[in-house]
Amino acid sequence: MADKVILLDFWPSPFGVRARIALREKGVEFEYREENLRDKSPLLLQMNPVYKKIPVLIHNGKPVCESMNVVQYIDEVWSDKNPILPSDPYQRAQARFWVDFVDTKLYEPADKIWQTKGEEQETAKKEYIEALKILESELGDKPYFGGDTFGFVDIAMTGYYSWFEASEKLANFSIEPECPTLMASAKRCLQRESVVKSLHDSEKILAFAYKIRKIYCV
Amino acid sequence: MASSDVKLIGAWASPFVMRPRIALNLKSVPYEFLQETFGSKSELLLKSNPVHKKIPVLLHADKPVCESNIIVEYIDDTWSSSGPSLLPSDPYDRAMARFWAAYIDEKWFVVLRSFLKAGGEEEKKSVIAQLEEGNAFLEKAFIDCSKGKPFFNGDNIGYLDIALGCFLAWLRVTELAASHKILDEAKTPSLSKWAENFCNDPAVKPVMPETAKLAEFAKKIFPRPEA
Repeated sequence: MADKVILLDFWPSPFGVRARIALREKGVEFEYREENLRDKSPLLLQMNPVYKKIPVLIHNGKPVCESMNVVQYIDEVWSDKNPILPSDPYQRAQARFWVDFVDTKLYEPADKIWQTKGEEQETAKKEYIEALKILESELGDKPYFGGDTFGFVDIAMTGYYSWFEASEKLANFSIEPECPTLMASAKRCLQRESVVKSLHDSEKILAFAYKIRKIYCV
Repeated sequence: MASSDVKLIGAWASPFVMRPRIALNLKSVPYEFLQETFGSKSELLLKSNPVHKKIPVLLHADKPVCESNIIVEYIDDTWSSSGPSLLPSDPYDRAMARFWAAYIDEKWFVVLRSFLKAGGEEEKKSVIAQLEEGNAFLEKAFIDCSKGKPFFNGDNIGYLDIALGCFLAWLRVTELAASHKILDEAKTPSLSKWAENFCNDPAVKPVMPETAKLAEFAKKIFPRPEA
């Protein structure tokens, strides 16, 4: 029986993009369904009753929620190609640790950068850069967080890389002088085929960011 | 495999520290427990977890692993041939276990912890209502995951049992402080039965703090204003 894979998603989402990348890394055929987050579909509400958020991967009718959980699931189901997590238990623990760091330390400041202005935005920028510097230190001189290969932490970060330009323009700052090697890795990730196919161009994301900023009356 | 050099930096009262302790017990892995003093952080902790400076930290041949649920998975991966598997073998079931473990930490426990800090009666009532809503989700999750067996993980305690069960002592302390049963047999019969089975498990009993001792400790760290 052929696999039926549906992804409930929202085009600019830095979380949805993670699932798209993972599916493309594995060469999985999937049906992409755009959600209107201001008018969520009955399917989304039924498949993710706890959070009512995208992305939701629906595999043969069964939902998987939370972006990095979706990525891990994709890695385990389609394990024959392009491994996303390393096989060594210690390396796996390290990859999970850094993904947890990304999702706990980048999330709030990244949001505040486009939701706020003035003092609050300045504080958010500082926290964001601080967290990026810690990540850059972990990256070291490796091309990717995964070492020589694009992996779990890189996928998590690509969601944020896709919003770097919009964040920089919205809040008038530049990440590259603060984190040059992280930016080099970011550029590498953004050129990857699975990423190029999964991302909308940065102009579109920036236009979207300005639009939602207006909604927040900023 | 010879008994490796395993140490765990932690504290008796921490539910997060309980998680790797239960996992190590389930895998019959001997370890040295390095108890942190409440109110201060050892050099070893700061060196082993420079990013978060938090317990628990597992040191395996001096290599640190941090974040309790990540440590539990590491223990399962490393001592995979010892004792039962802590995660289900099916990828979908594994995704469910990880989803609910994250829910417990990000939503359910945050609410539980807020009770002991809550001010007035109104705030406390709101917290209890939120907890009970969360419990209803977890009751359904238990039925879905356990598939008729005694634990989320089936016949044996596993990752998700540990993720939730570690909070049972603090839950009891909160119930005492609230004079209200939060885990109610009438509302969540399966979860209540599970809680009893979990607490009686030989891997859990030695590391579950006594409610009275924990209640005393709670009074110290969450001082209540005089009535």
